[in-house]
Amino acid sequence: MDAATKTIEEFAGQEYKYGFVTEVDSDVVPPGLDESVIRLISEKKEEPSWLTQWRLRAYRHWRTMAEPRWPKVHFPKIDYQAISYYAAPKKKSEGPKSLEEVDPEILATYEKLGIPLKEQEVLAGVAVDAVFDSVSVATTFREKLSELGIIFCSFSEAVKEHPDLVREYLGSVVPYTDNFFASLNSAVFSDGSFCYVPKGVQCPMELSTYFRINAANTGQFERTLLIADEGASVSYLEGCTAPMRDENQLHAAVVELVALAGAKIKYSTVQNWYPGDASGRGGIYNFVTKRGACRGEASKISWTQVETGSAITWKYPSCILQGDGSIGEFYSVAVANSRQQADTGTKMIHIGKGTRSTIVSKGISAGYGQNSYRGLVRITPKATGSRNFTQCDSMLLGDKCGAHTFPYIEVQNDSSQVEHEASTSKIGEDQIFYCNQRGISTEDAVSLIVNGFCKEVLAELPMEFAVEAQKLLGISLEGSVG
Amino acid sequence: MILEIRNLHAGIEGTEILKGIDLTVKAGEVHAIMGPNGSGKSTLAGVLAGREEYEVTEGEVLFRGENLLEMSPEERAAAGVFLAFQYPVEIPGVNSAYFLRTGLNSIRKSRGEEELDALDFLKLAREKLKLVQMDEAFLKRSVNEGFSGGEKKRHEIFQMAVLDPVLGILDETDSGLDIDALRIVAAGVNSLRRADNAFLVVTHYQRLLNHIIPDVVHVLLDGRIVQSGGKELALQLEAEGYDRIKQAATV
Ligand SMILES: Nc1ncnc2c1ncn2[C@@H]1O[C@H](COP(=O)(O)OP(=O)(O)OP(=O)(O)O)[C@@H](O)[C@H]1O
Ligand SMILES: [Mg+2]
Repeated sequence: MDAATKTIEEFAGQEYKYGFVTEVDSDVVPPGLDESVIRLISEKKEEPSWLTQWRLRAYRHWRTMAEPRWPKVHFPKIDYQAISYYAAPKKKSEGPKSLEEVDPEILATYEKLGIPLKEQEVLAGVAVDAVFDSVSVATTFREKLSELGIIFCSFSEAVKEHPDLVREYLGSVVPYTDNFFASLNSAVFSDGSFCYVPKGVQCPMELSTYFRINAANTGQFERTLLIADEGASVSYLEGCTAPMRDENQLHAAVVELVALAGAKIKYSTVQNWYPGDASGRGGIYNFVTKRGACRGEASKISWTQVETGSAITWKYPSCILQGDGSIGEFYSVAVANSRQQADTGTKMIHIGKGTRSTIVSKGISAGYGQNSYRGLVRITPKATGSRNFTQCDSMLLGDKCGAHTFPYIEVQNDSSQVEHEASTSKIGEDQIFYCNQRGISTEDAVSLIVNGFCKEVLAELPMEFAVEAQKLLGISLEGSVG
Repeated sequence: MILEIRNLHAGIEGTEILKGIDLTVKAGEVHAIMGPNGSGKSTLAGVLAGREEYEVTEGEVLFRGENLLEMSPEERAAAGVFLAFQYPVEIPGVNSAYFLRTGLNSIRKSRGEEELDALDFLKLAREKLKLVQMDEAFLKRSVNEGFSGGEKKRHEIFQMAVLDPVLGILDETDSGLDIDALRIVAAGVNSLRRADNAFLVVTHYQRLLNHIIPDVVHVLLDGRIVQSGGKELALQLEAEGYDRIKQAATV
C-alpha cells in the first residue's frame, strides 16, 4: 500500500461534534406500533378525527407494504416493533408556547449546536422552528412574519389553527400510499414545520427548521408542509443533528412543497445526522421522502442539499412540473465516508409544456463509503418543448470506496431535450502535492479540493449556511487523507 | 549556505533515478540545471520539494543547515522552498486568490506571523500580478483551469512572487512561453533576486539564461551531474548538443 493510500485510509477517523445527549424529562410512548399507538399519538396531539382517520388509513396501507430493497444500501432488518414512535420533552407548564417556557436544557442544546433561539441573538434574517425529537419546541420571529400573512409554525399548531390549509394540502404531493417510509410517516408523524406564504408575498427572511434527535430508541418522523401561493416566494432551510449512539436510529420524514402559479420555493438542507463510528456502528437511517409540486404556471422549486451525515441516506427530493413553463432544480452534495452509504438523487417529472429542470449532483466517497446517484427524468407526451440538464460528478478519496450512478431517462415527445453529463475523478495526489507545496496541509488541501468540487452546489445555499456547509464538508472528511 | 546536496540517491519503486548528486547553492546565486530528457531534472526538483513517490535511498540535503528530507512538503514550503511546476496542476472550483491566500496564510501562521485578510492579500496580489503582467481576472479563475500553457507558467511565477521564497526552483518555466512572455517571466524572476535568496533554474534552452544570468550551469546526465561551469557552458551545449558530454561520461 503506498503512502497516499494509507493516509487516505486514515481519513476515516472523523469526529462528530454534535454527539452529546441532553438530559430532559421526556414523555415517551413505549416501543411498538399498532392502531392504539396511532390513536394515542393523535390523541396526545388533540387532533381532529379526520386526521386520526387519515393516519389509520396510512397505517393499514403500510402494513401491506414491504421495505424497499432496490436502493444500493445494506442494513439489517429493522424491527419496527422495537421503536418508540413518540418522544416529547415534557413541558414545564401548559398554555401558549413562548421561549420562556422552553426547558432551558433544550435552549442550551440549540445554543451548543450553534442555533440560538432567543430572537435578539438569532442570525439576522433567519426564523427558526426547532424540532426536538418528536415535537416543535420553539418557533422564532412568528409575529413579524404574521404581519405579512405568512404562517410559520409547528405542524401540530397548524393542524389546530389552520386546519383547512392542512387538510387541503396534506398528502397532496406525497400521498400516504406513496412508499413504505412515507406511509409509515403518515401513520405516526409527530410534528414538523408548516409554512404558508400568501399571494404575492416575498418572504423577507430565511425560514429554517432545525431537527434534533435526542431520545434513544425513538424514531423521528416529522412532516414538513410548505405552500407558496400565487406569486409568492420563500427560501427555507433545514439542519439536522443527533447524539452519538451505538444503535441505529430511524428518521423517516416527509416534506411536501406546493408552488402555485409564479411562486418560487427554495428548499435547502444541511443534513448532519450522526453517521455512526468508523466501524459502521450506530448512526441514523435517513429514509426521507421529499417532493415538490410546481402546480402553477411558471412556478419554480429548487432543492439544494448537503448530505454529510447519517449511516444510510435514502432520499430523492423531486419535482413534479405540472404548470406550463415551470422549473425544477436539484443541487446535491452527498458524502459517504467510513461505512456510510448514500443512495440519493432526484426525480424530475415534466408534465407541463416548456418545463425545465436542472440536476447537479456531486458525490464524494471516502473510506469504505458507498455513494449512489439515482435519478429519473421523465418527460411526458404533453410536456412539449421541455428541457433537462443533468450533471453528475463523483469524487473518490482512496480505493476502498465506491461511486455509482443510475440515471433513468424517459422522453416521450420529440420536441424536448435531455442532456446528461457524468464524470468520476479521484482526488489527485498531484493536486494534494501542489497544495502542500504552496504551504497548505493535506487536511486543508482535501477540504479545499472537495469544496472546489462542490462549488456549484454550495453557491446555491444561502450565504450563512454555505460557510457552515463548507466547514462541515471539511470536518466530515477530516483524516481521510493525511 | 542555502542548499547543500550530498551524494543524493533517489528513485521510484526500486529504480534509481538520481545516482549521487552533489550540489551547493549559496545565498545570492542562480544555478541552472540542464540535461537531456529523462536525465532526472524534475526528479531532483521533486525530491527537494518533498514529492512522496520518490524514495531517497542515500545522501543528505541541508536547507540553510537543516535536514530538508525530514520535513513534510508543507514544512518545506513554510521554510521557504518554492517549486514552479513543469506541469502546474488544475484545481477545479478553487479560485486562484483563495488558493494562494490559504497557502500564504498557512505559511505565515507557521512562522508566527499575522494572517492577511482578503483585502490585504488583494493588495499584495495585485502588485505581484504586475510583475508578470497578468490580468487581475486570473485571481477569480479556478487554479490553472483553462489557463493556456504560457499562462500557467506565468501564474507559477506570480505565486512565487507572492510567497517570496528563500529557494525558488523553476522546472522548465520557460517551456511553452512566447518570446515576450519569456522576457516578462525572466524580468519577474530577476526582480526577486536578492543577496539572501537563491534560484535553481531547470531549462533546456540557453535563451532563458540570456535573461536570467546564472552563476553556475550544471549538466545532469542519467542522474549525475557530469559537468559544471559558468554561463558559457550553456552556450556551448546549445551549439554542440549533449553528444560530447555523453561520450565523455561513458568513457
Ligand atoms: N513517477 C514515475 N514513475 C516512473 N518513472 C518515473 C517517474 N518519475 C520519473 N520517472 C523516470 O525517471 C526518469 C527521470 O525523469 P525526470 O522527469 O526527472 O526527467 P527530466 O530530466 O525532468 O526530463 P524532461 O526534460 O523530459 O522534463 C525518466 O526516465 C522518467 O521516466
Ligand atoms: Mg522535467
